[in-house]
Amino acid sequence: MALRDELGPYFGEFGGRFVPESLIAALDELAAAYELTKQDPTFAQELTHLHATYTGRPSIITEVPRFAEHAGGARIILKREDLNHTGSHKINNVLGQALLAKRLGKKRLIAETGAGQHGVATATAAALFGMECVVYMGQVDTERQALNVARMRLLGATVIPVTNGSRTLKDAINEALRDWVTNVDTTHYLLGTVAGPHPFPVMVRDFHKIIGEEARAQVLSLTGRLPDAVAACVGGGSNAIGIFHAFLDDASVGLYGFEAAGRGIDTPEHAATLTLGRPGVLHGARSYMLQDEDGQTMESHSISAGLDYPGVGPEHSWLKDLGRATYRPVTDVAAMDALRLLSRTEGIIPAIETAHGLAGALELGKELGSDAIILVNLSGRGDKDMQTAAEYFGILDGAPN
Amino acid sequence: MSLVETGLDAAKRATGGALIGYLPLGFPTLDESVEAAITLAKNGVDVLELGLPYSDPVMDGLVIQQATSIALENGFRISDAFDALAQITAEVETPALVMTYWNPVLAFGVDSFAQKLKEAGGAGLITPDLIPDEAQLWFDASEHYDLDRVFLAAPSSSEERLKRAIESSRGFVYAVSTMGITGTRKDVDTAAVSLVTKLRELEAEHVGVGLGISSAEQVGEVLSYADGAIVGSALVQALASGGVEALAQTALDLATGKPATA
Repeated sequence: MALRDELGPYFGEFGGRFVPESLIAALDELAAAYELTKQDPTFAQELTHLHATYTGRPSIITEVPRFAEHAGGARIILKREDLNHTGSHKINNVLGQALLAKRLGKKRLIAETGAGQHGVATATAAALFGMECVVYMGQVDTERQALNVARMRLLGATVIPVTNGSRTLKDAINEALRDWVTNVDTTHYLLGTVAGPHPFPVMVRDFHKIIGEEARAQVLSLTGRLPDAVAACVGGGSNAIGIFHAFLDDASVGLYGFEAAGRGIDTPEHAATLTLGRPGVLHGARSYMLQDEDGQTMESHSISAGLDYPGVGPEHSWLKDLGRATYRPVTDVAAMDALRLLSRTEGIIPAIETAHGLAGALELGKELGSDAIILVNLSGRGDKDMQTAAEYFGILDGAPN
Repeated sequence: MSLVETGLDAAKRATGGALIGYLPLGFPTLDESVEAAITLAKNGVDVLELGLPYSDPVMDGLVIQQATSIALENGFRISDAFDALAQITAEVETPALVMTYWNPVLAFGVDSFAQKLKEAGGAGLITPDLIPDEAQLWFDASEHYDLDRVFLAAPSSSEERLKRAIESSRGFVYAVSTMGITGTRKDVDTAAVSLVTKLRELEAEHVGVGLGISSAEQVGEVLSYADGAIVGSALVQALASGGVEALAQTALDLATGKPATA
């Protein structure tokens, strides 16, 4: 069977449904409704129409030769998900799930968000469809991504800062799950990554696989061949699986996910789940995760809120164990260097999350040599990160440079 | 032999139903949690439900979250749970179930966990985020060590899933009274009665009802149709605010709700 055809609920020994019984009926309903939409041409037409008239799909590709000079001369091509409406790939999944929620008669959308990109996309869809929207966001993240909090509120969403646990994405998911258990009759939990209980990992992947499908054809048309490597950052793993999926059965194409090494994988402050984690159960699925000897989830660290997560989607765990994809850690410093480099060489300011994939591509280029073609998922734009970047680089007036 | 079924049956005969009391191990300290559990057993609680503190308790409301966070901040380790349990079961004969999210068990090793639980005199496990569909390792281990398995049934569960919960459980089926998480509520949801009625029609022998029960009246109401009334947050609150004395008083008050002592 082709790797692309994996339908869940399990990816090898990963995935499944480790959630309270109260949620099973809703997950069954969602899985069944999702299966139906696959056979329903009007659903696909509706989503395609929205993508063409609202999201701005297909997104373009951009070759970045000045940036690539720093990557051993390999050709680097960016898939521009940053140009989507709301500024990241997240909208692909959000519109798909919001359409589905509408069909299920749900009037209320809830979501978790780390960097705020998924929260903004969900708030956007709620505004578009006239639904109520509540976004859970760790308090640490509401502070470092204050601009996105303002965007969500302007769009009419209620943003609830989560003050328990590590006050980041992990705890926002816990709080969203608690809300969902309580309000499942009226509410759809619009999960923003390829993690969680079945059917979320397959469904979210399917809504994002358009990234890789478009990019595969675009790279073929531009270069006449498939890329040697496809690179993306990995937190939960949605943008990575989105661009990987179309290439899963192309044996000549190397797939590389870059996760956050934070202050370094030799320190406790990282989010290198696939590099340093062990399989366990978190947020409804079995997958690699950062946990202590007792199975308590460990706190992760990354300068990027969107990668600051101690878990990862089960399909990535499966691809890692199969050896089909390679996952490597990228430090805060390397990511910020890549962010500045792309800004200065190409006039494109990426999100800090995305910059981890770019730093990885610089490394890959040097390894693969000047004949190589590397496709990078430019998953989001960096506007939301200006506060962090300005402080990091000391580029505000009055700040020491 | 199911320790919990024996305990529920004895309570039924003596007082018309069982009070099942939840407290987290390690809160406020490990030693005090041992004393607190023993206090419950000596003050009208028929079955103990001892919670294992976990970093991501998605079924728990604020009261229990705060208590288990304190236990973890104090350095609670899973191995401590077995020591505490052994001390409790040496002191009182009340059946003691452990309530745990699944990952700590997986990380410990399901078989080793079951073995340690048995050695410590534990009756079995309540597993809020483990559904029977994912529980093969636990079926094997619980059979091997003769332990009880308590799975959840929800108002949203289909008949097929209720059957599966009944067939999979040993001890009792944990009927979730409401769509929600743990915490005290003014009224027990009417969903509880219809859920227990459905479970009875499907021939569930023992049913405990939990979530939102915090007064003697609610205990009495629940025990008019179920075998056990499960109280958690109200007991944790009492322990947190007034120590074991307040806990003993709250447990005694709750126990007055049992039909035969009314």
